[in-house]
Amino acid sequence: MTFWLLLTVNSVTFGGLLFLLSAGFSLIFGLMRIPNLTHGSMFMVGAYLGTSLLSGALGITLNFWLAAVIGAVEVALLGALMERLLLRRLAGQQLAQVLVTLGVSFMAADLCLMGWGGDPISVATPPALAGFLRFGGAVFPLYRLAVILIAAVVALALWLMLERTRLGAMIRAGVDDPQMARVVGIRVSQLFTIVFALGAGLAGFAGMIGGPILSVYPGLDQDMLPLALVVVILGGTGSLLGSFVGSIIVGFIYNFGQALLPELAYFILFLPMVLVLALRPQGLFGGQVL
Amino acid sequence: MTALVVNNLSKSFGGLRVTTNVNLNVDAGERRLIIGPNGAGKTTLFNLITGELAPDNGSIALFGRDITRTPSRKRTHLGMARTYQIITLFARDTIERNVTLALLGLSPLRWNPLLALDRQRHLNAQARTALTRVGLDHIAGRPLAETSYGERRRVEIAMALAQNPKVLLLDEPFAGLSIDERQDVRKLLLAIPRDVTIVMIEHDMDVALDFADRITLLHFGEVIVEGTRTEVVADPRTREVYLGE
Amino acid sequence: MTGRRIGVAVAILALIAVPFVIGEVYYVNIASQILLYAIFALGLNVLVGYAGLVSLGHAGLFGVAAYVTAYLLAAGYGHLVAILAAIAAGLVVTAGFAALALRATGISFIMISLALGEIIWGLAYRWISLTNGDNGISVATRPAPFGLPLTSARGFYDATLVVFLVAVAACAIFVRSPFGAALCGTRDQPRRMNTLGYHVWMIRFWAFMFSGLLTSVAGILFVYYNEFISPQALALTASAEGLLMVISGGAGTLLGPVIGAALVVIVKNVVSAYVTRWNFMLGAIFVAIVVFMPEGLVPGAVRLWRSAWRALSRREAAVIATRPQP
Repeated sequence: MTFWLLLTVNSVTFGGLLFLLSAGFSLIFGLMRIPNLTHGSMFMVGAYLGTSLLSGALGITLNFWLAAVIGAVEVALLGALMERLLLRRLAGQQLAQVLVTLGVSFMAADLCLMGWGGDPISVATPPALAGFLRFGGAVFPLYRLAVILIAAVVALALWLMLERTRLGAMIRAGVDDPQMARVVGIRVSQLFTIVFALGAGLAGFAGMIGGPILSVYPGLDQDMLPLALVVVILGGTGSLLGSFVGSIIVGFIYNFGQALLPELAYFILFLPMVLVLALRPQGLFGGQVL
Repeated sequence: MTALVVNNLSKSFGGLRVTTNVNLNVDAGERRLIIGPNGAGKTTLFNLITGELAPDNGSIALFGRDITRTPSRKRTHLGMARTYQIITLFARDTIERNVTLALLGLSPLRWNPLLALDRQRHLNAQARTALTRVGLDHIAGRPLAETSYGERRRVEIAMALAQNPKVLLLDEPFAGLSIDERQDVRKLLLAIPRDVTIVMIEHDMDVALDFADRITLLHFGEVIVEGTRTEVVADPRTREVYLGE
Repeated sequence: MTGRRIGVAVAILALIAVPFVIGEVYYVNIASQILLYAIFALGLNVLVGYAGLVSLGHAGLFGVAAYVTAYLLAAGYGHLVAILAAIAAGLVVTAGFAALALRATGISFIMISLALGEIIWGLAYRWISLTNGDNGISVATRPAPFGLPLTSARGFYDATLVVFLVAVAACAIFVRSPFGAALCGTRDQPRRMNTLGYHVWMIRFWAFMFSGLLTSVAGILFVYYNEFISPQALALTASAEGLLMVISGGAGTLLGPVIGAALVVIVKNVVSAYVTRWNFMLGAIFVAIVVFMPEGLVPGAVRLWRSAWRALSRREAAVIATRPQP
């Protein structure tokens, strides 16, 4: 019984982490119509930068949360840079943009290897959350519960931003109909930079938050990118609710799959994605067809 | 024999009705003109007839054969050809290759991965003939990207004619042409023998009106007036549609 | 026309001469790698360049043939059986890929193909009872077609060269055929092709099968070359590298994928002796090509050559014009 309970909590935790990763991916895809193939790299870079900040790269040792946020900001800036220097040059050519993100992901992977070496770096759980919660005979790591809370808070913040702010309205307009958005005076290219940076920052933040659970290692980008893809395809591009539900679903499939059918773990993870793409391309919640 | 029968055809996109209960009876060999202001649903009607769009209601018959559920490509094999309002030709290829592709569409050769296409003399000769018909054989080898707009319009017509259609659907064949070019195309169209039924969408009244046997006026996806040229011109509803109430 | 024929003959002779001119085994092996990856790239190019469908899952197809070969050899079957079974398996999986992926086009196609490639990779990685997982499967011997052993670098190179030349010839015939023209038509104007009477889905399906055939052949050569197969060869990176090869060389051309394969293999192997981070270089070169020379190196080089030629002729003409009249 405790096994199932733990598995469930881990699934929700992983789902929360996936949401932090995928929300940005979904926004970028919804607005710019490209799957950002550097999204896994951004997750990884955010985690690496966070670990450096944690161990005193800026001269002072920061606490976990500051390291995560500052790392995220750095990744956001890198994302903005990439968008302005590379993606904007290829405005309107989606295939070229996807290929550029592919090329940059190669570069980012090697830069991380150069910067942090080939050994996995474990990230210490923030001391305040290093404890456990005992419930119903099971022992739950506090940190994992905290991740669920963080994901919920970020989801709420994103929802408020999208629904209640002007920026959010512009993003939603751009996702629905970019041509129309331009016509009504929305500076779509500026919006692209902002959303790309936001997505990158979220991914970077997720990387650090995931650090204590997944640690940081070369190849983390390759592991996380396909998961973001599955979430967004299942949940629908440009849909926050879709990303949320999709993340939880994938969190469950991933964890339960690994535990119960390890040999077919990836099969059952990607098969729903293939089926959705083949049968219902707009995802479970998304309104627009790819 | 009626070449083309459209029966109660309707189509909506979400809440927007683009085609409403359209009935059309085109006799074999007839020259039918479809007119109407912008957004009247003329091209949509063509798309429904060719099968690029599936209707919500109604039926379409080609020479007595129900083709409502027949896929586009099969309708072409049954003798339907069309040109497009917006030129969608193969920009990377020569004029001759564009016409050859049209010919190939109806030939079993299109499945052959072994022979060299350039050496298919029969096919290439037919392409040349089609280009001669529209007066472009002197530039057959020119890449499409280096041709003028008027020349491209004629390539479109050559491609449609090359397929020896029984029913030819022309979507604004005169659009964007100069006065001389219009005369060229007009002569071309008049020269098409009567074993080809022609349905044409056009905006330019001067060139099209004397070409047509019968005229159908569409507005908001509905047939408003139909009849001979004199009848349609005289009908007060025609004026209403074009000039507003 | 004869100029081209002479060029082709010279190229073939040069390729045959490679093991004689380049003595070192290391470099002959690099040449073998270039050729087998060129076949992979040619296969991918059928989809990317001629069908206009970008696949990020082709390493999966590559891997199926490689794994089936290795598995059957390890199980004690002969080379011929293993190779034929690998091609058959590759074709079956390709048909499955095609049936699913061809429901989409454009960006969706990229994503379905990525997912399908990941499924195959995941099976190779996790179905340990079948594939040995990360430990991979070793291949003990190479085949000896017509009694000629392929154990030496030179021997393997010669065999690979023969297969490569057949593959290139097949692609050349394919492109110049009516079917090839129809395929390119579906790439440029799918809607128009439909109304011209073509069965667009079916054309794409058979192109996919041809692509799968070439990719499977490359996979078989790969497993014999390395005498080993592991899930690494099917990872997303491998599919991405294949795409890099096709696009950097020039999608939709015959020579492009070959040049692209040479570029990637050389960067990975030779350059990496001097520059440790070859992934970075690959990525940087790729980004540079996509931004500055999107048509690829081969068409780009042709374009630069032509404009240089024109500029030169213009200058010559100007010089002649300004010369004092006799």
